[in-house]
Amino acid sequence: MDNKEWLLKVENLTKIYGEHSVNTLDKTGPLFNSNQCPETGAIVACANIDFTLHPGEVLGIVGESGSGKSSLVNLLFFDLMAPAGSACLKGYKNDNTNILEVSNQQKRFLRNHKMGMVYQNPRDGLNFRFSSGGNIAEKLLMAGNFHVGSIRERASYLLESTEVPVPRMDETPESFSGGMQQRVQISKAIANNPPLLFLDEVTTGLDVSVQAKVLDMIRRLQQDLNIAMIVVSHDLSVIRMLTDRTIVMKNGRIVEKGLTDQILQDPQHGYTQLLVSSLL
Amino acid sequence: MVEEKKFHRQFNYAFIDERTKKEIRRKLLKAVCIPGYQVPYSSPEMPIARGWGTGGLHITLSLIGKEDTFKIIDQGSDASVNACNLRDFVKNTTDCDTTFETSKATLIQTRHRITEEELKAHQIMIFQVPQPEPLRGVERYEKKTREMHAEADYAKMWVSLYESFVRFGDIMRGAGYPVKVNGRYVMSPSPIPRWDIPNLSDAECLYLFGAGREKRLYAVPPHTTVEPLEFEDVKFKIEQFEGLKCEITGEQIAFLDELYGSDGKTTHVVNDSDFMNQIKEKERPIQWVNRYLTEKIEKTFNKN
Ligand SMILES: Nc1ncnc2c1ncn2[C@@H]1O[C@H](COP(=O)(O)OP(=O)(O)O)[C@@H](O)[C@H]1O
Ligand SMILES: [Mg+2]
Repeated sequence: MDNKEWLLKVENLTKIYGEHSVNTLDKTGPLFNSNQCPETGAIVACANIDFTLHPGEVLGIVGESGSGKSSLVNLLFFDLMAPAGSACLKGYKNDNTNILEVSNQQKRFLRNHKMGMVYQNPRDGLNFRFSSGGNIAEKLLMAGNFHVGSIRERASYLLESTEVPVPRMDETPESFSGGMQQRVQISKAIANNPPLLFLDEVTTGLDVSVQAKVLDMIRRLQQDLNIAMIVVSHDLSVIRMLTDRTIVMKNGRIVEKGLTDQILQDPQHGYTQLLVSSLL
Repeated sequence: MVEEKKFHRQFNYAFIDERTKKEIRRKLLKAVCIPGYQVPYSSPEMPIARGWGTGGLHITLSLIGKEDTFKIIDQGSDASVNACNLRDFVKNTTDCDTTFETSKATLIQTRHRITEEELKAHQIMIFQVPQPEPLRGVERYEKKTREMHAEADYAKMWVSLYESFVRFGDIMRGAGYPVKVNGRYVMSPSPIPRWDIPNLSDAECLYLFGAGREKRLYAVPPHTTVEPLEFEDVKFKIEQFEGLKCEITGEQIAFLDELYGSDGKTTHVVNDSDFMNQIKEKERPIQWVNRYLTEKIEKTFNKN
């Protein structure tokens, strides 16, 4: 990977739950087929994660349930605190500031301006006591837009581009279908035009037909906005449809990474081969 | 209880012991130093239940001296049962002068109103506050609201104003409109009408707030900016009372109460009882000047 054009650089990102010993990282991982330290019982959610994301690129993270995919994006979106590792964002403070260690206020700034997150469960990303428009308004207000008219205009535009009927903007997402809730979540996440978007199993809870439509919409949005994405899924067909490059995770570690097409055609790691064969 | 020899009383001067009064004064100093910031304090036991004006009473009793003149109003009235009982209590424990006349008072304890008459530099207004946390409606955990204040993260508050506009076409909520103090902390002004809110800003007097049940004190020092939260295109407004006037005095520029007669008719009277008395018996006291009131005056008298 060249260093000329990058957006996000992640190095040695590690998250461990519970008390760990010096051997915890050596005695966990795919070799042991476990993410639990045999000495202390600590859980290694993810460890030694390195990767670089390019502007406008879509990176897939695939792996079985519990392999640490959500932990990885939650760390980068500051939902979780990282005990180790660094992440730098191009264009933020000389490009070399570890965003995992900046103040809460700075983290909120980054969440509002530089990245967006779409969670598997819409309740994690939306406040169901507020209207759909209000949820989007929250992002716009935090970016300093205090004009109700322009907030509503922007919210309408966003809902339209994610194919949510604009007349329903003042309803709470509670009454929406699962697919529509995800669309509102996406509208909110991209409200301030962030260069980076995290999508964690966004179609997992949806009907197959709805899934296809939401994936289509995400692909169109990605092309229109040229927004970089990290797409987390345990479903290789989602990865195949959306991503350029893929990281395969197992027991909290990266076991393989490369171009998505290559990984699907010629998987190197035994675990990836298993995943791919189960897709066919 | 130890008998206090100097005054031959069964209790300390101003009821609360000196150390605790000192603690409250120290917390008040902190509150004045950080306008709009809620300072935790001891909220000592009183012979009335917490939540019945104890916060205001704590402040009054920790500040009051023999040369003070004390006034207390409850929803604008000096004569309500609550006001009378608390006045008697303060009087009995301090022997200080009490008054109904706003201009004569040095300490004014209040619930739900600011006086209609402008307050001066030598006066202190003390609010009884039921809920000091303006963010409680959008965040129920104290830990979270404290973080939100610390980081000036008021997005949820703003969304709730946006939501109120979406639902009701207006951002005018009930009493206790949220304000931003000194460009920093969002503060609950206690349940006063919007009519009174502009008078918090750049005033001559000191405003102190006490919430006994929630154990919090806060302050708006003299000449401090207090701004109601509003959007660029959806603005804060005071109550208008359009075309209405006081049944007794004919007054049009004052906060009016609505009264229901036995004949089913509604009439309006000036809410501030001292202001009404002054108009009836002497002359009209000098009122606060603020741009909302100026607008209201222009609107009222251009029409007539
Ligand atoms: N709060 C927690 N305490 C302990 N272990 C946790 C906690 N949250 C997640 N884990 C563990 O971390 C591992 C990675 O979880 P996660 O990132 O959610 O995986 P994925 O998204 O790939 O399914 C799992 O083994 C999970 O059980
Ligand atoms: Mg997950």
